[in-house]
Amino acid sequence: MKILVIVPAFNEQEKIGAVLDDLAANGFRDIVVINDGSGDQTADIARRKGKPVLTHIINRGLGAALGSGLEYARKNGFDIAVTFDADGQHRAADIKRLISPLISGQSDMVIGSRLIEDGRMPRDREILNWLSNILTYLLYGVWTTDSQSGLRAFNKKALTLINIKTDRMEVSSEFFREVKRNGLRFSEIPIPAIYTDYSRQKGQEGFGNLNAVRVAFKMLLRIFR
Amino acid sequence: MSSIIIIQLILLLFLLFALSRVFLRFRGGQIKYKEFIFWSVVFVSAIFGVLFPGETTRLARLFGIGRGADLVIYVSIIVLFYLIFRAYVLMENLSHQITELVRKIALENGNKANKPK
Repeated sequence: MKILVIVPAFNEQEKIGAVLDDLAANGFRDIVVINDGSGDQTADIARRKGKPVLTHIINRGLGAALGSGLEYARKNGFDIAVTFDADGQHRAADIKRLISPLISGQSDMVIGSRLIEDGRMPRDREILNWLSNILTYLLYGVWTTDSQSGLRAFNKKALTLINIKTDRMEVSSEFFREVKRNGLRFSEIPIPAIYTDYSRQKGQEGFGNLNAVRVAFKMLLRIFR
Repeated sequence: MSSIIIIQLILLLFLLFALSRVFLRFRGGQIKYKEFIFWSVVFVSAIFGVLFPGETTRLARLFGIGRGADLVIYVSIIVLFYLIFRAYVLMENLSHQITELVRKIALENGNKANKPK
């Protein structure tokens, strides 16, 4: 079974090296870094680690980067694709548990949820997360405990059917719309939430909590299109 | 029409200028037939309204609005909102097309650069 790990990265030179090492140490050979118009050493570091890098010549946002990664997975005939943040907030060791519902054929898409177990996320983030979970449920009819998680896995069926249209952070919720639209089977596994000052600052494109409000607003606007 | 007041003159000159641009853009092929009709109707009716303000008031009364100027403002706001909405959708589509383009370039360059040697 061919497994691809997609690492979307925008100016992640501080962490990308360690993230790729962690993936390699856990036996993941097929990795693609989507360098989303970084102005720093992100792409060079990834190439030096011997990993293929797809470069967006201009920054197009998280959704666009994930879309390119999924397209790469489809074009190269992968059976499973995993999305993995480049800021060091995920552990490669969790991927085996993440993809096991795909391998056993129970699910088409799995996310790693930081909220199944209580009390690991900073309080403000937890509240924002619940609000976006509720919004995701109201808009798309899928209940999840962590709609904004960056750790996701897709089987071949999900890879073929999922069609991502949003370019920016709203993409996290868009995956759930695609789950509903295509009748995909969805499940979650608990993962530890590693929140450092670094990942907190990076996670929302440097705008902090205000950005979450912008994302919610865009999700609402999208209904009227 | 007894006497043309200054504001009428200014508006008239501007509207004639706008109308001439619409005509030139259409002749130059930058706007489509439907857009030509739409903008021509907009500016011709505006010229009409400027020349015969009394007529707009009579039209306004038909809709139960007291003054012609009020009717013009109401209609303008509705049209503006609609145009902004259209522009928003257009911009989103453009943005999506740019992403598609950037993605295609990334995948093509990636294929070349990442081929096993």
